Amino acid sequence: MNQPPLTGLPARPSPGEVIGAIGRAAPQGRAGRPLYLKELDYSIVQQCMHCGMCLPTCPTYDATKLERNSPRGRIALMRRIADGQMEVTEAFAREMYFCLGCLACETACPAGVEYGRLFEAARADIEHSGVLNTPRRDLVRTLSLKVLFTNPNLLRALGRLLWVYQVTGLQDFVRRLGLTRLLPKKIREMEPLTPEVKPRFSDSLIRPVETPRTPPRYRVGLLTGCVQDLIYSDVNRDTADVLLANGCEVVTPRSQYCCGSLHAHNGELETAREMARRTLDAFDLDRLDAVITNAAGCGSHLKTYGHLLHDDPEYAERAALWDSRLKDIHEWLDLIGITPPPAGIPPMRVTYHEACHLCHGQKITRQPREVLRAIPGLELVELPESTWCCGSAGIYNITQPEMSQELLRRKLEAVERTAAPIVATANPGCLVQIVSGLRAGGHSIEAAHPVSLLARAYREGRES
Amino acid sequence: MDSLVTDMIGLLGQENVLFEPEHLAVYGFDGTAALSGATGCVVFPRTTEEVIAVVRYAARHRRPIVTRGSGTGLSGGSIPLNGHLVVCLVKMNRVLELDEKNLTLRVEPGVTTVTVAEMADRAGLLYPPDPGSMKISTIGGNVAENSGGLRGLKYGITRDYVMGLEVVTADGERVFLGNKCVKDVAGYSMKDLFIGSEGTLGIITQVLLKLVPRPPSRKTLLAGFSRMDAAAETVSAIIAEKIIPCTLEFLDKITIRCVEEFAHIGLPLDVEAILLMESDGHPAVVAEEAARMEAVAMRCGALSVQIAQSAEEAVRLATARRAAFSALARVAPTTILEDATVPRSELARMVNFIQDVAGRYRLRIGTFGHMGDGNLHPTFLTDERNTEEMERVEKAMREIFDYAISLGGTITGEHGVGLAKKKFLPGAIGNASLGLMKTLKRSLDPHNLLNPGKIFDLDQP
Repeated sequence: MNQPPLTGLPARPSPGEVIGAIGRAAPQGRAGRPLYLKELDYSIVQQCMHCGMCLPTCPTYDATKLERNSPRGRIALMRRIADGQMEVTEAFAREMYFCLGCLACETACPAGVEYGRLFEAARADIEHSGVLNTPRRDLVRTLSLKVLFTNPNLLRALGRLLWVYQVTGLQDFVRRLGLTRLLPKKIREMEPLTPEVKPRFSDSLIRPVETPRTPPRYRVGLLTGCVQDLIYSDVNRDTADVLLANGCEVVTPRSQYCCGSLHAHNGELETAREMARRTLDAFDLDRLDAVITNAAGCGSHLKTYGHLLHDDPEYAERAALWDSRLKDIHEWLDLIGITPPPAGIPPMRVTYHEACHLCHGQKITRQPREVLRAIPGLELVELPESTWCCGSAGIYNITQPEMSQELLRRKLEAVERTAAPIVATANPGCLVQIVSGLRAGGHSIEAAHPVSLLARAYREGRES
Repeated sequence: MDSLVTDMIGLLGQENVLFEPEHLAVYGFDGTAALSGATGCVVFPRTTEEVIAVVRYAARHRRPIVTRGSGTGLSGGSIPLNGHLVVCLVKMNRVLELDEKNLTLRVEPGVTTVTVAEMADRAGLLYPPDPGSMKISTIGGNVAENSGGLRGLKYGITRDYVMGLEVVTADGERVFLGNKCVKDVAGYSMKDLFIGSEGTLGIITQVLLKLVPRPPSRKTLLAGFSRMDAAAETVSAIIAEKIIPCTLEFLDKITIRCVEEFAHIGLPLDVEAILLMESDGHPAVVAEEAARMEAVAMRCGALSVQIAQSAEEAVRLATARRAAFSALARVAPTTILEDATVPRSELARMVNFIQDVAGRYRLRIGTFGHMGDGNLHPTFLTDERNTEEMERVEKAMREIFDYAISLGGTITGEHGVGLAKKKFLPGAIGNASLGLMKTLKRSLDPHNLLNPGKIFDLDQP
């Protein structure tokens, strides 16, 4: 299935090749000593004037009322580390992994502190220092971050296996026999959360180039994601449909890499840079009006390639151009004007949960609502605390199950209060989290990507 | 482990005591720029009984106590010095009683100001004091600092809404001062002693607040000026016309730019100053007041006067204004916020003087503030690592305070003295007043254990 890249660029690494090694990412230094925080422009650390405006918007501070669990507290610790008054300690590391990285503090901060950059530098320092290293953690991180998520074919092969396991009824069988009891406690608790893998992935659902029926107004690239591709390839198809319906020619490179957001958020900045380069290689920017993502978490990271690669002589310029072309699907639709779908679907209420990395990370709040409002018959009911994190937060629901479940409970209560039969949200992580919560609670509420609802409206309008 | 820590764990349980260095480091500062201290141990009492136990322990072992809430203070009042014991009251956050017949609300000190405001609002009432940090500041902290806000001009400040306080004294006694009576002259007005005492006389463990009926109507106006003193003259003229609006807020050019960058609410960027004016009350009165204020502003040289089109827009404007101080941090690494306050007739002179000082000392000063009550916030935009510039800041600050005092003003309108303004206090109030304060402090806290070293230094007897 692999097609050559659109432009003549360096060959991709062979499958299975590991980029770097855990704990030894450049630059070099002794364990416990910070590098990334020290290298960071000091003005970013100093920008925080500890006024406390971030405290009420931080889900972890809200839960514990402990200063250390707040953005202001975390930044104070980072500053001490950058100042050389404190080493990277295990307690600091645990604190930084207790942080959701939801960036609600960035929205609340009048002083404009770039918490996301501090957060990534801090986690990179933690991984570099090795204070959390254990043989098991190292193995899990190497297998996931360094092997699986740097290797799209391997990831999809594993996804295929998981699909077979689920679709053959083997999963049910294993569950009924109680074999899951043999799993380690943490994995056993997570097992019911395993999302359903889709039978077909994006490359077999979306052709490399698809052209709208009417002459195209724009030509856009489509990012299919990694996890998104395994469990929400249908959302990718819907995105392509919506783009076509809005007069965009859609170019979808094959076997796309993970964008590197997972790596950047988990202290592997060097790998994140490499993933950014590979993603850049996959798209011919000169021939595209925009590159579209439908995953909030990815989009938030994808828009920082310019910063991530700013000192890479080969890629810096292209990365900066990339940032300006990269658009979240809702942002793009709003920009070009949404073609209204024909009326016809029965009236229905929908509520909207704002993915952190869309509303806080990208400051996109109005556009997804516009997408929902564009659907005739759909009534948008505002969700109380719509910008409060649902607890998914990347892999947070795996690393911090307790806090994550507490946030999920709070989110589902808010959803229930709206009495809407559909909750829309624009991030695969949030969808997995909310679907798992709805399923566990026996709710009949549907969770869907706004774009899927729009695509449905176009389809049903066509059929009627 | 320090015996203080083990003893505190014995009193309050492991989960209510912090001692890891990563925990202590983050209780060494509050909202004040360039000031920090060292924490010995942090405790979270949940009840008045637990506060009493901690205070009695501290009295027995002569361990100084620093009480704090959310740590948003702006004068360093809750910064622990020399490894002091921090008593953090954020977990004493129960709402105890809303009395709609007497229009009072009784809460624990860790309840946030916004919670008080929302409780009142839901009952059709208003809790007027609205300090900038109200979304997270605690009511206990507001009382201890006697906080102000945007509505001081018409509604007064925190002191005007405290009807009673439960206080734990330095020797661990519990007292309730005040009650629900509108009139009460039984003895000294003791509760007033503790309001604004900055944690130096006792620990506030309950607050009985007065609420007022929520005004049925409000109107917000935004006037732009090409000269700062024209805005100040407008304020003086409005007061002289015997109009008491609920809010008269001033922002200079640099502050406008920072606030707009943060809030994106469409503030005019081509003016030297803006005034945010709000009238509330009966709809007819509001309409008349708003029209008169608009006329005064135009007469004093306003370039334009806009009226907020909706309640949401008015709230957005006020919320953006509350973020002014933090938004100014966009400009420079260190923002030092001052609090000089003058009688309202002297506003134009004070504003001009601040501009003059900024020029003479080659400093950047952003000025905003509650002009309606004469409370200005000249904010130094500087860098604490630049020692030469910090010296100039110090000198400029002293000049501003001296000038404010010469106009019949004060060194702090609403932030308190704490650590930051300690050295300016004698000049502001004189030795006799200072002596009286010290006498009071010695008699209520003979071992100087409650927030020692704040407001003034007490020579050991």
